[in-house]
Amino acid sequence: MYDAALTPRGDRGASGSTWVPEPERPPESGEPRDETIRRPLIAGDKTPGQVTDDVARPMAGRPTALWWMAFFASGGVMTTGVVAVAYQIATGIGTWGLNKTVGWAFDITNFVFWVGIGHAGTLISAVLFLLRQRWRTSVNRSAEAMTLIAVLCAALFPLIHMGRPWLAFWVVPYPNPRGSLWVNFRSPLLWDVFAISTYFTLSAVFWYIGLVPDLATLRDRAADRARGLRKKLLGFFSLGWDGSLRTWNRYEKVYLLLAGLATPLVLSVHSIVSFDFATSILPGWHTTIFPPYFVAGAIFSGMAMVLTLMLIARKTMRLEDYITLRHVDAMTKLVLLTSSIVGLAYGTELFIAAWSDNPFEQFTFANRLFGPLGWGYWIMVACNVLIPQLFWFRRLRRNLPLVFAVSILINVGMWFERFVIIVASLERDFLPSSWASYRPTSIELATLAGTFGLFFTAFLVFCRVLPVIAMAEVKGVLSYGRRAGAAADSGVAPETAREPAEPDTVPFPTPETVPTAVAAGGSSFEEVQT
Amino acid sequence: MSRRVMTAVFDREELVLGALRALRAPSGDAGSAPRRPGGPYTIRDVYAPYMVHGLEKAAGLAPSRLGWVCGVAGLLGAAGMLWFETWVSAADWPINVGGKPFASLPAFVPPAFEAGVLVAGLTVVVALLAVSRLWPGRRPRLVHPRVTDDRFVVVIEETDAAFDPEEARRLLDACGAVEIEERVDELGAGR
Repeated sequence: MYDAALTPRGDRGASGSTWVPEPERPPESGEPRDETIRRPLIAGDKTPGQVTDDVARPMAGRPTALWWMAFFASGGVMTTGVVAVAYQIATGIGTWGLNKTVGWAFDITNFVFWVGIGHAGTLISAVLFLLRQRWRTSVNRSAEAMTLIAVLCAALFPLIHMGRPWLAFWVVPYPNPRGSLWVNFRSPLLWDVFAISTYFTLSAVFWYIGLVPDLATLRDRAADRARGLRKKLLGFFSLGWDGSLRTWNRYEKVYLLLAGLATPLVLSVHSIVSFDFATSILPGWHTTIFPPYFVAGAIFSGMAMVLTLMLIARKTMRLEDYITLRHVDAMTKLVLLTSSIVGLAYGTELFIAAWSDNPFEQFTFANRLFGPLGWGYWIMVACNVLIPQLFWFRRLRRNLPLVFAVSILINVGMWFERFVIIVASLERDFLPSSWASYRPTSIELATLAGTFGLFFTAFLVFCRVLPVIAMAEVKGVLSYGRRAGAAADSGVAPETAREPAEPDTVPFPTPETVPTAVAAGGSSFEEVQT
Repeated sequence: MSRRVMTAVFDREELVLGALRALRAPSGDAGSAPRRPGGPYTIRDVYAPYMVHGLEKAAGLAPSRLGWVCGVAGLLGAAGMLWFETWVSAADWPINVGGKPFASLPAFVPPAFEAGVLVAGLTVVVALLAVSRLWPGRRPRLVHPRVTDDRFVVVIEETDAAFDPEEARRLLDACGAVEIEERVDELGAGR
């Protein structure tokens, strides 16, 4: 009974979906061996107190020169975007390269691209939580932040596309003096409004609820560190969290419920985004494979973006002990899986088009492969299907510069996927005299660049002001105190180690010995009972 | 109302698990004095820096019922949205869009689903904050300065006439508590 109840948190069904310990291999740097239970997720034999110190330290001091350089660079790019957006709103969206034939191009490509990036954050925070993948604790906080920022970047594009963004509230069904003239609930574009706004709201709530215990940790450190406004903000947003088990009990339930809600939500969001295309009757768009194809592509591109950000954060924020090679390895495996699903979808699309016996369908796909934008199609196949196959090899999965390069190539490939689907399907329509091509204008390019600037600027600010690692969750997977002698052998420097108060006087029991020692004859326990 | 409590501070998750089990073990042998459910000690609350699997069971907490709140809210949200869409599109101002029926049920499903998820999620979070009495700006009353960092605290009530502080102290000490003290409760009585 004790054994079952004392296994580490999240360990239910250890033989199934949880991390399976890898077979015997020589220990690698930064990953100490642990035969007693399983290989630790966090390197360096941390105590919970050290986790707090490690995560809070980068926020306490002044930003490094590297941080300022990155901040100014991305801020500069963002400013370019702000100027471009201001210009196109003042002038009108005639500043774009659209024409009568290609009426949808750059803007919607970027919208789909950014929404897709966001999906990996939810995958890591919700889906992997439900699947009891405990390695997610190191990356979920920053992946969720990435989701929020990416969805913000995405929402910008339809807003600009409206031409008069100050009337954006017209998409909301509210009683109005025009009738009331309601919105059209049969339109997938309106479904997008509900899907994206729900997705953003719930992602933000999920993220904030996850942050509350960590904010309380920072607040209670605040006595010696934070002052002034920061202290007030921490006190306000930590909701008076006091660590009560009654609250924790409900909190865990709510966290599970939110994860359970976010999982179908994330699937619905990109399905609905794909409905924007699939419910039309245009060859190349009107296919039933679109919802799963878009969802897989979204998670694929998002995982690549998570890898890009994590590899940067790991180096610059000194989180090597928390984001270990093992985390990178797990993420690259997910990239490989989703890459293969995307590749399967590409093949299926071609097969169904060839099999359809519909000349328009067949022409559209022949044009996609060998037409004027054929080069974009082959970039997409190379980056999304061929290059990720490198991750079949364990050595390459752990080669960080290579993983970084591949993650960037995947994002390029996934951007081209959306561009090819959208523009290549439109450029050669049913009437050859109206065939046209599309080139983005400098304004459109600057807008896309500007969203990247916004994305990285916001992420850098997040890294400075909030804990990038979910402390309360990481402490739960440390298995601290479950490995006899781990703290004693850790060899951490005494000034950083926050050892237990009396390590020598407290006998260090194993899970088996605690209750039996207490219940055994002669202990105070029996005397209490009488 | 002030009540005396005994607080025991632990620094390792398995020690606090063992202590809770020991405190809540049924008193007496199977055949002797009548058993008291919940054991001889009344655990007021446990404070933890992070959630340890099994801690809520060891402390004897019932599973949260917030799942019901979430489910009911979600169903109401989805049903409400479905009604609203039908009313807007078929009753208040029907507009013929491409010859589609006014009450186009399949097209109303995606917004109804999103509304259900949104209402369920927001309601359950508000319910969590309400039943746990958490709100923005609430001043926390910490049982130990490091309880949100790396210390676990078990708070035992001293209301029982049979409560023997010396025995309790000895038991907690045997379970590996690093600090034990008696104090007058000023921590949210009746939570």
